[in-house]
Amino acid sequence: MSEVIFWVIWVLVVISAMIVAYSKNLIYSVFSLLATFVGVAAIYIFLNADFIAVTQIVIYVGGILVLLIFGIMLTNRIAVAKINQSSFQTSLGMVVVGAVFVILVITILGQSWPVLAESMDFDSTVGKIGTLLFGDYLILFEVASILLLGALIGAATLARKEL
Amino acid sequence: MNHLESYLILSALLFSLGLYTVITRKNGVAILMGIELILNAANINFVAFSKFVTHQVEGHLMAIFIIMLAAAEAAVALAIILNLYNDQGNINVDEADALKR
Amino acid sequence: MPMVNLSLIILVLPLISFLFQIFFGKRLEHKKGEWISIALVLTTLLLAIIMFAQMLFDYQPDFRQEASINWVNLGQFQIEMGVLVDNITIIMLVVVALISSLVHLYSVEYMKNDVRYSRYFGFLGIFTFSMYGITIANNLFMIYCFWELVGLSSYLLIGHWWEKKSAADAGKKAFIVNRIGDIGMFMGMMVVATVAGTFNYQVLFERIASGAWAAGVQGLFGGVDPNTLLTWAGVLIFMGAIGKSAQFPLHVWLPDAMEGPTPVSALIHAATMVAAGVYLTVRIFPLLTPDAMAFVALIGGFTAFFAATIAITQNDLKKVLAYSTVSQLGYMIMALGTGAYVAGFFHLVTHAMFKALLFLASGSVIHMMHHSLTKLNDHHTDAQDMRNMGGLRSKMPITYAVFFIASLSISGIPLFSGFLSKDAILAGTWSYAAHIHDGWLAQAHLGWILPFFGFGAALITAFYMFRLIFMTFHGEPKRKDIFAKMHESPKLMTIPLMVLGALSTFIFFTLPSFNPLGGKSWFQTLVKQPETVVPMGAFDSEGFAHGLHLAHYPAMYTSLIVAGVGIGLAVLIYILKEIDPAKMAQRLGILYRGSLNKWYMDEIYLNGIIRPFLKGCDAIAYFDMEIYDHYVIDGVGRRVKALATGTGIADDLVVDGAVNLVGIIFQWLGWTFKFVQTGKIQNYLIYVLIGVLMVYLINVF
Repeated sequence: MSEVIFWVIWVLVVISAMIVAYSKNLIYSVFSLLATFVGVAAIYIFLNADFIAVTQIVIYVGGILVLLIFGIMLTNRIAVAKINQSSFQTSLGMVVVGAVFVILVITILGQSWPVLAESMDFDSTVGKIGTLLFGDYLILFEVASILLLGALIGAATLARKEL
Repeated sequence: MNHLESYLILSALLFSLGLYTVITRKNGVAILMGIELILNAANINFVAFSKFVTHQVEGHLMAIFIIMLAAAEAAVALAIILNLYNDQGNINVDEADALKR
Repeated sequence: MPMVNLSLIILVLPLISFLFQIFFGKRLEHKKGEWISIALVLTTLLLAIIMFAQMLFDYQPDFRQEASINWVNLGQFQIEMGVLVDNITIIMLVVVALISSLVHLYSVEYMKNDVRYSRYFGFLGIFTFSMYGITIANNLFMIYCFWELVGLSSYLLIGHWWEKKSAADAGKKAFIVNRIGDIGMFMGMMVVATVAGTFNYQVLFERIASGAWAAGVQGLFGGVDPNTLLTWAGVLIFMGAIGKSAQFPLHVWLPDAMEGPTPVSALIHAATMVAAGVYLTVRIFPLLTPDAMAFVALIGGFTAFFAATIAITQNDLKKVLAYSTVSQLGYMIMALGTGAYVAGFFHLVTHAMFKALLFLASGSVIHMMHHSLTKLNDHHTDAQDMRNMGGLRSKMPITYAVFFIASLSISGIPLFSGFLSKDAILAGTWSYAAHIHDGWLAQAHLGWILPFFGFGAALITAFYMFRLIFMTFHGEPKRKDIFAKMHESPKLMTIPLMVLGALSTFIFFTLPSFNPLGGKSWFQTLVKQPETVVPMGAFDSEGFAHGLHLAHYPAMYTSLIVAGVGIGLAVLIYILKEIDPAKMAQRLGILYRGSLNKWYMDEIYLNGIIRPFLKGCDAIAYFDMEIYDHYVIDGVGRRVKALATGTGIADDLVVDGAVNLVGIIFQWLGWTFKFVQTGKIQNYLIYVLIGVLMVYLINVF
């Protein structure tokens, strides 16, 4: 059962990502991105990464996606229901990206990954992550907080009208 | 669902589609979406390797940092896009060539 | 404080004076700035007198201090900078310091309104510095350095009034003529350095005495006789003295050097610098072989006589004194050549006093003459011509008195310093002539020519000195208008005159009561003839010394007689007017004209050396310009030009073509790839990806 659900989600993620990439309508792209994010969160569940899955939903769906929608709304006239977007160098892009994808697939399948035999089940990763975050990775954590503060100030400064 | 390769292929697909988006889109917000796809692909890789290869949660930590980075980047990028819009009336990055002219 | 340190302080102070006057003098001109120089030089005099007193009271005839540093290291061979202080050094230091101080003082008044007043004092400073350097040097190389420095300062001071063409020319002449002598000196030094490997006097003498010289000559030149080479080395070094002390073939610069200010003539061209040649000969005395000494004696003797004959007929006050100086320097050189070492150096000291006095006194006369002429607005009359003077005795009593003392001294009258030294020299020539049996001088039967030169010069000296006095100070004034305006010089000029006048008397040089060593004067006790380091051959040194003693009284009486005859002649001609000089000149005819024209030495040089040399230069220049340049240089030039044209074409077509081709290719490439640079970041991203793919493909295949 879970196998079926996994593959359904898998296909869902791919399709929604393709819509993001190919849709002429920007609004469609954004909302299929929502589906992609949610799907990826589900994939995290399959990977026993509960904390990451929750974070994915909270930050991507609740934060970044909302930001993107705001961006679209602020930069287009709302009256036009259909917000078109155009693309360029599609054929060249297709060829090159296709080649990159082929190489990636060849690499992935051609490699014998050192997969551990027994599958390990995580109870809950939150405790471990918390321990690490406030232990070995404390400095990284602090740096990240400074980076976020800088981004906050930078974004606020940049977005002001009288820049 | 218990094969590493299935996750890696998914990741590769998301990466390629994100890359394609970044390359072909003119709209700034769309390019940002492509970048998010790429970052998600990277996250999937981290978490997958964490489960199948290392059995450690360090991979998760990397994913958290990437998510955080994405949030910061999205905020700043949105601010830049707003400025671009104020400047040229749309957010088509290919028209932002003032330095070249 | 050790003597060496004192002497170094003495050396440096005048250099400070020079630097001060050159850099700050102009600002302090006429604001008593010259007194700083004077104070510095007086300090050196004080230090020199301290050294002198110490020498007198210690009474060590063999006193000697030496200190040196290595200046240049050339492997085995080292050039030193060093100080040698012995009794000779101290005496010389006192002489130089004394004359220099007095001249400094005298110049304050004499140069009062000069245009380059501060610079004059600066040059006096550098001269004094260099002269001290010569005095305290302990090796030939260092003496040579300072030798050139005194030459330079002499050049600068002779040409002090360079607006006058004659002064500028005289400076150049002095410099160039000195160079000729210095080349000889330099060659001599090179011989010494090559064979003995040192410049230091003491080391050099030791090496000669120990046979290292002979071994060195054997090693370097094989069959050459070491003594012959030593003779040559001595003669070559002595050539420096010939130039600097204005000896016979190179004496021509000194009379011309009288173009400089008179105090300079007194300091440089009478008392000190010209005596440097004598001093050098004193220093190298131990290495002079009998043959070299005979050469030295003959040069000196001939110069003494020859210059005296010229001095008789000169009418320029300073020219007479200049030739007198040449003659007296000849005396000193002759004394050294005959081996009367002490007498020669003694005469240097006494001569420095009375000749400086003569020059300064004549300067006093000339200064006043200038004054009078300026007042009369007369700019054509020669202030130095004795024919415009006469009867000045009553107007300038002090100048007259000291002039008279100096004349008595130079003429060799008892109770004056010149008598002591001159008689010693004449006794030396007498004894030398009696004892020389070997060597080229004896073989040429010229031994007795030296006393003849000596006594002849003494006779003439007495004559011309009194001729000078009578023409200048006695008789009727020849120019009444000038005479009326004359008066005695200011105090600052007469005080140095009186000091020197006192020093021209015998008392300072004998000082018997101060001498604990016996009846001789301090000078003869403290200055001892150094042991010669060369084989003297058949020359009977002890016999010579004994003969010197024996000859003392005959020489004294003879010299008194000749001096008396000379003075008597002068009295007869110029006071009593028994003999008319014009008639006598007519009767003597060619001799008179020869003397008046300095035996045509300048003309001989001009026509015999300078003009043929210039003609030779012209001929060589003609050959060079017309033949060599035309056919060889231009011929080569034309061929090279043709070749160059050919290669030029090849260059244009091939080399430049290649260069341009590269340029065109890259221009085309740039034009093509210009379109790649879209300025769109997504294009670039594609290129990056294409690059990644290519790297991957290259890695895979």
